[in-house]
Amino acid sequence: MPWGEIKDTAAERRLFQRRAFVMLMMVFLLLAGLVARMYQLQIVEHDIYTTLSDKNRVQVQSVPPPRGLVYDRNGVLLAENRPVFSVTVVPERVGGMDATLEQLVRILDISEEDLERFQRRLREPRRPFQEIPLRYDLTEDEIARLAVHRHELPGVEVEAELVRYYPHSELTAHALGFVGRINRDELQRIDPVNYAGTNYIGKSGVERFYEELLHGKVGYQHVETNARGRTLRVLERENPVPGEDLELHIDLRLQNRAHELLDGRRGAIVAIEPATGGILALASVPGFDANKFVTGISVADYGELRDSKDKPLFNRALRGQYPPGSTLKPMLAIAALDSGAVTRDHTIWDPGYFQFNSSGRRYRDWKRGGHGWVDLTYAMAQSCDVYFYEAAVEMGVDTMHSYLSRFGFGEDATLDVSGALSGLLPSREWKRAMRNEPWYPGDSVNLGIGQGFMLATPLQLATATALIANRGEWVEPRLLKDIQGDRSVEEFLPSETHEPLKLKDPTDWDFIADAMAEVMHGAKGTARSAAKGASYRMAGKTGTAQVFSLAEDEEYEAEEIRERLRDHALFVGFAPLENPQIAVAVIVENGGGGSSTAAPVARALFDAWLLEFSAASDGALISKTDSGIGER
Amino acid sequence: MATREVLGSTASNPLGRPRGFWSVLHVDPILLLLLLALVSGGLFVLYSGADRNFSVVKAQGIRFGIAFAVMLVFAQLDPSVFRRWAPWLYGLGLMGLVAVIFVGVGAKGAQRWLALPGLPRFQPSELMKLVVPMMAAWYLSQHFLPPKLSRIGVGLAIVLLPMVLIMKQPDLGTSLLVGMAGLFVVFFAGMSWKLISAFVVMVSVAAPVMWFFGMRDYQKQRVLTLLDPQSDPLGAGWNIIQSKTAIGSGGLDGKGWLQGTQSHLEFLPESHTDFIVAVLAEEFGFIGMLILLSVYFLIILRCLYISVTAQDSFSRLVAGALTMTFFIYVFVNVGMVSGLLPVVGVPLPLVSYGGTSTVTLMAAFGILMSIHTHRRMITA
Repeated sequence: MPWGEIKDTAAERRLFQRRAFVMLMMVFLLLAGLVARMYQLQIVEHDIYTTLSDKNRVQVQSVPPPRGLVYDRNGVLLAENRPVFSVTVVPERVGGMDATLEQLVRILDISEEDLERFQRRLREPRRPFQEIPLRYDLTEDEIARLAVHRHELPGVEVEAELVRYYPHSELTAHALGFVGRINRDELQRIDPVNYAGTNYIGKSGVERFYEELLHGKVGYQHVETNARGRTLRVLERENPVPGEDLELHIDLRLQNRAHELLDGRRGAIVAIEPATGGILALASVPGFDANKFVTGISVADYGELRDSKDKPLFNRALRGQYPPGSTLKPMLAIAALDSGAVTRDHTIWDPGYFQFNSSGRRYRDWKRGGHGWVDLTYAMAQSCDVYFYEAAVEMGVDTMHSYLSRFGFGEDATLDVSGALSGLLPSREWKRAMRNEPWYPGDSVNLGIGQGFMLATPLQLATATALIANRGEWVEPRLLKDIQGDRSVEEFLPSETHEPLKLKDPTDWDFIADAMAEVMHGAKGTARSAAKGASYRMAGKTGTAQVFSLAEDEEYEAEEIRERLRDHALFVGFAPLENPQIAVAVIVENGGGGSSTAAPVARALFDAWLLEFSAASDGALISKTDSGIGER
Repeated sequence: MATREVLGSTASNPLGRPRGFWSVLHVDPILLLLLLALVSGGLFVLYSGADRNFSVVKAQGIRFGIAFAVMLVFAQLDPSVFRRWAPWLYGLGLMGLVAVIFVGVGAKGAQRWLALPGLPRFQPSELMKLVVPMMAAWYLSQHFLPPKLSRIGVGLAIVLLPMVLIMKQPDLGTSLLVGMAGLFVVFFAGMSWKLISAFVVMVSVAAPVMWFFGMRDYQKQRVLTLLDPQSDPLGAGWNIIQSKTAIGSGGLDGKGWLQGTQSHLEFLPESHTDFIVAVLAEEFGFIGMLILLSVYFLIILRCLYISVTAQDSFSRLVAGALTMTFFIYVFVNVGMVSGLLPVVGVPLPLVSYGGTSTVTLMAAFGILMSIHTHRRMITA
């Protein structure tokens, strides 16, 4: 090796050493830079990233509160919660929706309808990562099959959910109402926080009116989830506050009896305890099974209910607006006495019709040939129309309207009955506004026997009857009897608004009650056969309402048309006469005469309530009734 | 033997060249110890990063066994062998790269593998990480250093040619690593600072040109994502956000081994491959990161010492370049995972799960050990 080269080798080595030193410095600086970066992330910004990390892994889930139970006055369960397993899909976590659904259809028995409903709900606005139910009420077999395929189906979960169940639904559907899936409109209305985990909301009846009480307060749990959203464990939990359990005035035994008495017919019965205003029975027959509506009724089932000519979905007790007919006479008699239109002894001659003048139209009495000489008591007992025609003309529409409205006609006088209609109490102003006609004296004549424009629901008739039983003391009808928690009923029951109906002579109440007793017990009373053999005295009034137009359904058989054009049979009454325990209104659609059809129904209810149930309210009776209707 | 003893006695430095048993094995015990520490610690992190999947750890352990064997084989060869083979290997590598373009196999729109009958599948680009610095060193060390401008030009061309071919695959990460390896040779050879400055200016001018004409959309996306990961938090930004969250939430001493929620709850992607350092940072905290970076620093320190004490220019240049390539791996990977650099597919050397790069890296350490343990008898 030449000398120079050796020398240069040494120079090269020094050059390399210098360059290596520069590199070492660079390495040191860049590594220090990385350390600084780590310091920044791990020490300085540690809190930020800890929060981010926890937000990643910890999710807050809402825990829906169990819905409050509903009992009748004897502690019989009317509405409970049953665990139901359903398969749900979280669209955000599903790989491919179509493929997932296809596979689920292979594993489970999913109907076209389930799929349709699922697709519909998929398109509706919803909270992100909210699960959409695909099928309810899975069998254990299906749950097992899903478990096997679970790993292939991200975003598909089996969920246990407490679902409302009505053990006696055919009896209670109209009184209790029912819950159903929260729909789009309700979503706008409810408190999104409190309903974060809730899928059901009261749609009608008690379920709707006491929704706030029954729902309870949402709870929370912090759960650890992985990146795919699967819950791994619960870290922390704040329990929900369950909804309050409610006790209603309803007596399931009486409710059952009411249904039995109307079985095979169409009609309604409302029974009220006069002292408390508590609704003991609220029956609309035929009833329906509200359980079908809870998770969503199938189109076919719904169509069948909706199109049935018996209209099972129609709540006749609250929403059936019928001409009250002669059942309005006790209230009109009070009005006539108190306004001075008649006196207790006022007597008329009934030739079988009423005329304004000798050439005018004849308003007929139901009895051809007339009743002859008639005083007020006799007019009540025999339901003499002419007596009330004359009294109505004497009072005039304004007086009648004023008194009848004090009885709760023309308004919804209930405190907590959701969906009750107010009927129609005609007045001069109403006729002018609605018909653009003046009130004719003939209109007053018709109103005098509860016909013409006047419409009332069975609930209104029962309310007005209870007012007579109470001698003018208003106690608004109500369903809620007690809340089983610490909260008081007064807090949730709307306050009473009606002033007592004070008569100039309060003994008029007794006079009219006695006249109603004549209907039942008098030698000529229209309902005397219904009261035969009673061990107590009762007051009542029969009624028959003409059916005006029900013939538009042309598919009816000729026989049936005749049946459906028959008059509605009505009855109102209370018992016992001196110390009323129960006031009822009965309507049997197309039942014919009030005395022959409706009065016996009321008598049976009086007997049941006064003799059978309250005489021995021990457990034996309750369980006996229970076993009869507990089966489904 | 006598010479070695003489040299050993003159170099009284205890960190000096290995003696006795180690010199027969041609292994540097200090470097070996550091590598073993890194590898074994890395396997623990891998067990966690792979979510307690022991088969992953086992597979990686086997790869390390093979890689250490390759290192030992390379260590036995004399540095002069590498120098003599350099041009041939380079030619072979270029042919391989060209072949990959036409008959290569691969996945995700990139052709990187060559499957020749009778040979195991391999990546020519991986081979070039070793061969390009060797070729550049072979060329530049034939004349006096520092090299003349013309020789620097040829040297750069030697580096640039395989770079372009690899970028065609496309594999930006490997292309840059190969390029860096070659450039380090040119730098160590003594390219003047003036030229270096000019080169830096050129690159910074070329960068925007590259942006508009040379880079593919997914590569641009990676850069944009680095600048603002929140712009696409569930898409491309997800990786960076989740890895920064993992690192940051680790704090000073971490959440504990196997306790990292980011990785075990599957928020952190690629938790056992490219992003494994985030697992370590989450579970062992800042202290764990200090230890890891210290081990890397000690390895680099030892390798630079080996480079400086090498006996000839070729050895020095190759050793220096391979050392710095190793450092680039570390810096790019940790920088990328911690959100300082765009996401490029560079593993954390000797810790990330994966075979090819592990073997290449250990082969490089084999070359370094060969340089350190084969001393020519030169009496001063």
